[in-house]
Amino acid sequence: MVTLNDYLMASGLLFAIGFAGVLLRRNVIIIFMALELMLNAANLSLIGFSRFNVQNGLPDYNAQVLVFFVITVAAAEVTVGLAIIVALFRARQTTHVEDISTLKF
Amino acid sequence: MSPILFWIFVAIMLFFAGMVVLNRNPVASALSLVVSFMALAALYVSLDAYFIGVIQILVYAGAVMVVFLFIIMLLDLKAEVRRRMNFPAVCGGFVVILLFLKVLSDVCYGVFGGNAKLPPISQGPQGDAWQVGMLIFERYNLALQVVGTLILVASIGVVILSKRELK
Repeated sequence: MVTLNDYLMASGLLFAIGFAGVLLRRNVIIIFMALELMLNAANLSLIGFSRFNVQNGLPDYNAQVLVFFVITVAAAEVTVGLAIIVALFRARQTTHVEDISTLKF
Repeated sequence: MSPILFWIFVAIMLFFAGMVVLNRNPVASALSLVVSFMALAALYVSLDAYFIGVIQILVYAGAVMVVFLFIIMLLDLKAEVRRRMNFPAVCGGFVVILLFLKVLSDVCYGVFGGNAKLPPISQGPQGDAWQVGMLIFERYNLALQVVGTLILVASIGVVILSKRELK
């Protein structure tokens, strides 16, 4: 049988892969996709906790509402982030993070 | 859902998530991310969260990834040339990730003890979309309207950001 631990391990591995992407890749758009992977890993653990916390024969739907809001905010975040990347590309003609170091200390 | 299907979908999800990070071509990365999100939606369905699974495919694998592909093709990004890696940074990244996995497996399989089997549920005549909808429109109505305002502000912000010259 599949247990809660299995879902949490899958979620944690997905988070680790996204984290590795943020740390290792140097393209802004790929880093952004890896951020999306990390958000989805958190969503998976939320749905898992919701399903394993059964009361009166029903899963805990509050967690599913939270996942709904996370997905909505993530969609807004993607549009704003990509608009910033396009503006940056217009100004600098690059999406490589090592070429964009004006704010670096 | 049988354990075999669960592990198959977990394997698909993790493999294509890995391909997102490892691919040199940004278009291939974006398409791998779509497949990874599809497998994730299947895992949601295995947890009886049908509404969230459908939203995941419609919003993430559909809308968000189309925006990603659109931007990648608009910027005409070539496959990334292999640059000299910053060796200490790469080592540091791997060490951080391995420590994270160690802590995670300790918490999951040692301390936490979440070996519970999937408990049975009886959803009755209303599906989970009904239950989630009732919560969203009654208990979390204020949050829903705040999120609506947030999306409005985000879309105005995107229009202003993409004007040709910012003044």
